[in-house]
Amino acid sequence: MSDVASQLTTADGRPLKAALASAQARAKRRAFFLVLPLLLFILISFAVPIGQMLQRSVYNDQFSKSVPALTEWFAENPKGTAPDEAAFAALASDLVLMKETRAAGDAGTRINYVVSGTRSMFTKAARGADKLEPPYMAAMLELDEDWDDPLVWNAMRSAASPWTFDFYTIAFDLERDADGKLTKVDENQRIYFRLFIKTFLIAGVITAICLVLAFPIAHLLATLPMAKANLLMILVLLPFWTSLLVRTTSWIVLLQGQGVINDIFVALGILGDDGRLQMIYNQTGTIIAMVHILLPFMVLPLYSVMRVIPVSYTRAARSLGATSWTTFRRIYLPQTIPGIGAGVLLVFILAVGYYITPALVGGADGQLFSNMVQFHMTKANWSMAAALATMLLVGVLVLYWLYDRLIGIDKLKLG
Amino acid sequence: MAASRDDAFVSFEHVQKSYDGETLVVKDLNLQLAKGEFLTMLGPSGSGKTTCLMMLAGFETATHGEIRLDGKPINQVPPHKRGIGMVFQNYALFPHMTVGENLSFPLEVRGMGKSEREAKIKRALDMVQMGAFANRRPAQMSGGQQQRIALARALVFDPKLVLMDEPLGALDKQLREHMQFEIKHLHESLGITVVYVTHDQGEALTMSDRVAVFNDGRIQQLAPPAELYERPDNSFVAGFIGENNKLPGVVEELNGERAVVRLENGELIDATAVNVKAKGEKTLVSIRPERVEFKPELIPEGAHTIDAEVLEVIYMGDILRTRMRVAGHDEFVVKCRNTIDQMPLTPGQRIRIGWNPLDARALDMI
Repeated sequence: MSDVASQLTTADGRPLKAALASAQARAKRRAFFLVLPLLLFILISFAVPIGQMLQRSVYNDQFSKSVPALTEWFAENPKGTAPDEAAFAALASDLVLMKETRAAGDAGTRINYVVSGTRSMFTKAARGADKLEPPYMAAMLELDEDWDDPLVWNAMRSAASPWTFDFYTIAFDLERDADGKLTKVDENQRIYFRLFIKTFLIAGVITAICLVLAFPIAHLLATLPMAKANLLMILVLLPFWTSLLVRTTSWIVLLQGQGVINDIFVALGILGDDGRLQMIYNQTGTIIAMVHILLPFMVLPLYSVMRVIPVSYTRAARSLGATSWTTFRRIYLPQTIPGIGAGVLLVFILAVGYYITPALVGGADGQLFSNMVQFHMTKANWSMAAALATMLLVGVLVLYWLYDRLIGIDKLKLG
Repeated sequence: MAASRDDAFVSFEHVQKSYDGETLVVKDLNLQLAKGEFLTMLGPSGSGKTTCLMMLAGFETATHGEIRLDGKPINQVPPHKRGIGMVFQNYALFPHMTVGENLSFPLEVRGMGKSEREAKIKRALDMVQMGAFANRRPAQMSGGQQQRIALARALVFDPKLVLMDEPLGALDKQLREHMQFEIKHLHESLGITVVYVTHDQGEALTMSDRVAVFNDGRIQQLAPPAELYERPDNSFVAGFIGENNKLPGVVEELNGERAVVRLENGELIDATAVNVKAKGEKTLVSIRPERVEFKPELIPEGAHTIDAEVLEVIYMGDILRTRMRVAGHDEFVVKCRNTIDQMPLTPGQRIRIGWNPLDARALDMI
C-alpha cells in the first residue's frame, strides 16, 4: 500500500505527498502563529523556571566561587588525601580572599549544610585571615580544632565544584562519613525523606476520603433533573468561589478546642469538658481542611463521566438478572473509572504539593513536604528547596507513569 | 389471539401512572397478552407507551392498578427477579465487556457453570448469525451488529417474555426492514412472548400479531394490523396509521351502519357509521387514498359521487399519487396502481370520484 501511495502523483506530475504538504503548509503556519503566544508564555513562565529549579538543585557556587586555591589543591590531590600544609596554605589564602569579598558567611553556610556547626569556623577564620602566619596548619587548628576534621575537608572538596548531589544526599536523609561512604543520618534527624513518605501517605488518605465522599454526590448530580442538579452543583462549587483564607479560618473556628464542634460534643455529653478533641493545628486538621478544599476536584471529573453513562446500562443489567449491588460493581463502577482516575490523579497531585492549608492549620505534625520547601526558601537555601521540589516533581511523575501503565492516560477524563 | 383476563400471560389492570402527582401519563390501562403473542405498542412520543413498557420491566412503579405476569402480580417484584429480557433503543451493550462477556453476564448472575454458559452463548450468537464475534467489543461493531448482539443477550437466558423499546430506531431503512423480518422469525421459532414499542407504524403493521395504538395515555385501539388499517375506531387511529383523507361534514342520514354525510360544500357522500350516533352530528369521514375510485365502472352502483379537480400527479414508480381538490380541500390524495391500462390524469382535469361505502368511515371530530 505505502509503495503505491509514494508513487502517486498529481495531474501535473508532482509527488502527491509533496503536493499535500505544500497545500497544507499555509494552514499549518497560521495555526502555529495562533498558538505562538501561549507557547512563549509557557516557555517563559513554566519551562524556564522549572529548568532553573532543576539546575539549582545540583548547582551551587556559594563556596566554589570563593576558593580558587583550594580548588587547585583538590585537583592535584586525589580524594582521601589528608590535608597537608599546602592545603592549609591554600585555605588561608582563600580565607583572605573571602575576607576581601565578604563571602565567608556564604561559603561557610554552604559547608554548614553538609556538616552542621561549621559556618562560624569560616567567619571566625576569615575575620583574622590576613594575620595568619605559616605554618598555616597549626595556626588554623589553633583557631578551631575542627579544621582537620575529615568531614569538613570532604565537604569542602565536594563544595569546591559547583555541581553537586549534596542536596539530594541531605534530602534522602543520608550523609557521607569520613571515608566518603553514604550512611543514614541519626534516627532523630531523618526529617526530609520521612516527611516525603508521610506527605504521600497523607495525600493518599485525603484522596481516598475525597473519593468516598464525592462518588455518591457525583452520582446524585448525574441522575437528578437538570434544574436541581445545577443548584447542587453550585453548592459543590461554593468552596471554589470562597477565599482560601476565609475557608481555612472557618475551619479553625469550627474545629479548635473551644470551637463549635467541641462545644456541641460537650453540650451533648459525648465528651467531657476536659476531653475536648484536638482537631486543628495537627494532622487531623490538615486532612479535614484539605479534603474540603479538594473535594470539587474529585466531584467534577466524576460527574462529567457519570452524566454521560446512559441509564439504560444499569437497566439492562437489572433486566438481565443482576442485583443492584452486582450492577454497580460490574457495570456502573467500571464505566466510571476514567472519572475516578482523573479525580484521584488530580486530587493526589494537588494534595502532594499543597502548602497554604497545612501551613495554616497543620500545626507541628500536620506539615507537608511543600512546607519544608518553603522553609528552605525563606532561609535562602535555594538549592535545598530546589532539591526537595524536584523530589516532589519526580514522585508525581512516577505516579503519573504508574497510572498510565495501570489504567492508561488516554482514559483520563477531566470533564 | 386476544387472551381472556384469566389465562392472560401478561395483564395490565386499571394501571395508572403519574410522575408529578398532577398529570396522568398512563390513564386506566387494561391490556391482556396471550403466551407467544407479539404485541406492539404504537404511538407518538409522549403517548405513554414507553412508560407502560418500563412498568412491565420494573423500572417504573405503577401509581395505581396491577400488573400480572404469568398470573402473579409483579408490582412489588424488583426488575432482576422478573426474568424479562429487554432490548434497548441504544442497544445498551456494556462497553467495557466483549460480546461474549456481555452474553455471559445474565448467565453468571444466575450462577450458571462455565460449560453451560459457553454452550448457551454459542447457541444465542448462532441464532443471530454472529457466532464469529464473541471476542469483539461493542465499539468495534456496526449498529446492526450491535443490535443483533443486544437481541442475543436478551434471549440468552431463555426469558419467557422479551420487551423491545424501539430497538430498530437507530438503524437505516434497509437494515431496519431486514431486522424486522429477523425479529419476527425469531419470535416464531422460539415461541416467546414479545412486547414491542415503536413509533413507526410500518414496523408495527409488519411485525405484530396485535397492535395497541397509544395516544394521550390511553389505548385508542387494540387490534390485529389489518383491522387497524382497514377499520380504525377513531380519527386518531385513522390518521396515525397509514395515509388518510379526511372530509369533515354533518350526518345527513343514518340507517344502521350506513350513513350519508353532507360535506361543507353541500355534496353528499356515503360512509359507514363508526362512532356517530345520531343525525345532525358532526363527523370526520376517513377514506384511504387507494380506496378512492374515479373510473365509473369501479364505483358501486347507487353510491354518491363528488366533484374533484386534479391538482398534481406525482410519479412514484409503483403508484401514481394524485392530489386533488375535493369539497374545498386541497390535500385529498388518490393513489392508483401504475398499470398499462391506467387512465391518465392531468392537472386541471375535472373528474367524479366515489368509493365503496364500507371504505369510508364516519368517525369522531378531533
